[in-house]
Amino acid sequence: MIRRLVTVLVAAAVAAVALAQDEAEDERFRQLAAKLRCLVCQNQTLADSGAELAGDLRRELREQIRAGRSDEQIVEFMVARYGDFVLYEPPLKATTLLLWVGPFALLALALGAVGWIALRRRRTPPAAQLSPEARAQIARLLGEEDAR
Amino acid sequence: MKSALVPLAIFLALAGFLFAGLGLNPREVPSPLVGKPAPNFELPVLGAPGRRLGPIDFKGRPWLLNVWASWCVTCRDEHPVLLDLAQKKLAPIVGLNYKDREDDALRWLARFGDPFEATVVDAEGRVGIDYGVYGVPETYVIDRDGVIRHKHIGPLTPEIVERRLVPLLKSL
Repeated sequence: MIRRLVTVLVAAAVAAVALAQDEAEDERFRQLAAKLRCLVCQNQTLADSGAELAGDLRRELREQIRAGRSDEQIVEFMVARYGDFVLYEPPLKATTLLLWVGPFALLALALGAVGWIALRRRRTPPAAQLSPEARAQIARLLGEEDAR
Repeated sequence: MKSALVPLAIFLALAGFLFAGLGLNPREVPSPLVGKPAPNFELPVLGAPGRRLGPIDFKGRPWLLNVWASWCVTCRDEHPVLLDLAQKKLAPIVGLNYKDREDDALRWLARFGDPFEATVVDAEGRVGIDYGVYGVPETYVIDRDGVIRHKHIGPLTPEIVERRLVPLLKSL
């Protein structure tokens, strides 16, 4: 009786460990699949894409996770075959510098331009006061307009 | 007056970039494999049970690897170009039958002609992954040392063969 109970408990423990492992594996799989781009439908991740190649690459991901390869190794595997383009977040290097720095450079440029224009506006003197003659002339002209 | 030209200049620059962008093909992603040794494989030969073939069998001479499938519509457009290229006898063309059914593939070759020295079967697409295949048809030019020298994504056209492949193969 006791022996049977022990057997059941051990079996349950083994199953629980396996399940926890499966969950950790699933979590890694989800994270990796969300990081990688499907090259067939280029604006979808491997996780989202219904393309056949995406299915094959997901199979590859699963197998490699099961085989105990690290995330870095798996990402390296994909980049070696499909290039940096498979990564939704491309690494910072000479060829991708413009991609990373470009938007911030443009923002700085735009802010600089706005600041420069604002400064110049402040420096220009307010419009000269109209002379009494000019005012009288305006009143006359407007009056004529009204009378017509 | 001068400051009024600035927005115009910005507009023209942007329009220039966008116009250039119209001519680019987003499906053509530069392959990291160009300049690297062709990934090894040893696959069964289509229609020849028991025979296997791989890049090692072509060491010492340049060759072409063409990825195709009977379900691939553009492969049909490409096929006459391959037949023509095979006629030139510049280099053997090896077919990589990608994720296809063998009987479909054999029927396809019987119907449209067979430009391939041999066709190897990659039923599960695993060798395809090693070669970074993502859009069939694709064509790789591999030199005598087994290094990938060029990759073409999409169907070959007579212009591409004349302008790119023939000069490259003659130089290898």
